[in-house]
Amino acid sequence: MTGRAHRFGDNVNTDYIISGKYKFKTLDMNELAKHVMEDLDPEFYNKVREGDFIVAGRNFGCGSSREQAPLAIKHARIGAVIARSFARIFYRNAINKGLPVVECDTSQIDDGDELEVDLGRGVVRDLTKGIEISAKPLPPVMLKILSDGGLVEHFKKYGTFNL
Amino acid sequence: MGKTGKTIAEKILSSHSGQDAYANDLVVARVDFVMGQDGTSPLAIKAFNEMNGQRVFDDSKIALVIDHSAPSPNEGVSNLHRMMREFASLHNVKLYDIGEGVCHQLMPERGHVVPGDLVVGADSHTCTYGALGAFSTGVGSTDLAAAMISGHLWFKVPETIKFICHGRLPKGVYSKDLILYLIGQVTADGATYMAAEYTGEAISELSVESRFTISNMAIEMGAKAGLMNVDEKVIRWVRTHSNREPKPVCADEDANYARVLEYDVSDLLPQVSRPHSVDNVAPITEVAGIKIDQAVIGTCTNGRLEDLRVAAGILRGRKIHPRVRLIVAPASKRVYLEAIREGILQDLIEAGAAVVTPGCGPCVGTHNGVPADGETVISTANRNFKGRMGNNKAQIYLASPATVAASSLCGEIADPREFV
Repeated sequence: MTGRAHRFGDNVNTDYIISGKYKFKTLDMNELAKHVMEDLDPEFYNKVREGDFIVAGRNFGCGSSREQAPLAIKHARIGAVIARSFARIFYRNAINKGLPVVECDTSQIDDGDELEVDLGRGVVRDLTKGIEISAKPLPPVMLKILSDGGLVEHFKKYGTFNL
Repeated sequence: MGKTGKTIAEKILSSHSGQDAYANDLVVARVDFVMGQDGTSPLAIKAFNEMNGQRVFDDSKIALVIDHSAPSPNEGVSNLHRMMREFASLHNVKLYDIGEGVCHQLMPERGHVVPGDLVVGADSHTCTYGALGAFSTGVGSTDLAAAMISGHLWFKVPETIKFICHGRLPKGVYSKDLILYLIGQVTADGATYMAAEYTGEAISELSVESRFTISNMAIEMGAKAGLMNVDEKVIRWVRTHSNREPKPVCADEDANYARVLEYDVSDLLPQVSRPHSVDNVAPITEVAGIKIDQAVIGTCTNGRLEDLRVAAGILRGRKIHPRVRLIVAPASKRVYLEAIREGILQDLIEAGAAVVTPGCGPCVGTHNGVPADGETVISTANRNFKGRMGNNKAQIYLASPATVAASSLCGEIADPREFV
């Protein structure tokens, strides 16, 4: 996967990802996607090109356990979220909903950098800076769910866990 | 290097996966019970249907609870409640309808959880049952659907952070003060990805009810579970609430911990969380005197009989401050009835309390006590995020039932030690 970095800070909570004033109104994720990260960057949705990355610091996705957060990011055409660390319910929900999440040192990545992400090998290359950052490789279990397109698709295919 | 002993989390996830699992391993584990509430179950039912779920794995091991908006405040919620009732009826699973109580009170109280269990719930405070030595954790709606179909779920075995609490809590200082203090120490993401284990004399001296308060708030330090070793008190408590056989689990002496933190709580002061984050904790001496408009006693953190008893002990024969509204929500119907029998509710009502249906309303801002712009609330709940109670222009302080009761008398945040 290649795309540009959209840089955010620490403790991006699920309300910043998709505000409560939208998420309770509708289950139409394409509608919710238009408001992703709106409180941090009102132009975010319009700036994203398909396959771009959200890059953040510590504790991305803290707060509520609502699945609208990873779903809305995915529907905003983001290829993966790359962060120093994730809040764990968000992390699970992201994998289950088929949104790749990459955990690595993001301190050297700047807004607008061109990135290449190899999920299988657990590597993030910052092509702008010419550096390679090793990520915690995704365990086979999570790669399997992701490659099936999320947990709903996995269950449609196998009827139960087949990991 | 030879293998070491195991933490409580490693033991329970090993026994439920058939793997010799240690921290950071991934396992697919069998779950003993699955719970959803009315804020998360409708999405889970949708996922269940999208997964082509035909039947649930075991209809005796699933419960749906209508507690977050109970009774329903509007037609949108009413339709979602109906969706839950229809699903429960179709699949013959237990439905706790309006007035039965808060999910995290009902799961242990009605005997669905015993020591050694692995439990998942679509609510972040599912970690509450760690006080019984059960590995219980909050999940999203899709995980809930997968667990309802398969009876299994994947887990990353967490590392554990161990809190050793020496000494005994002084008079007027409670388990709520202790957990608020610990969260203030490690901060809101101090235990992310990890399980917490709480141990030491200060924990073993506590009643089981008081221990639930501590495990309940493990998620407020980012933890996946808030575990405690099983002792005689827990076994006795479980035998009076469940017909199922406990499978007690304790941590090994030589288990590996990510961190071990030790505290002496003998001189702990009552603690209060200030707006707008739970880890913004201060001792009572720094916040006493702040005027309040509303006080709330209840929730999955502090709505149990013991909590109402403490509040009634302070309010009996007195009147709350004329400017203050006091809302009491017993954690369950059983707590409600027992509080009536003991005369606790009469004491609270005569002091000026308004008692509402057992449920989550006042804490999550769905109904039953949404504050006005600029108002200040002191509550026994577990979260004080901006907007949490339904108005982002209100200030929310968190404290023990004693501190909330004393504050409702004084019209300002007050030290409960003068009243107990």
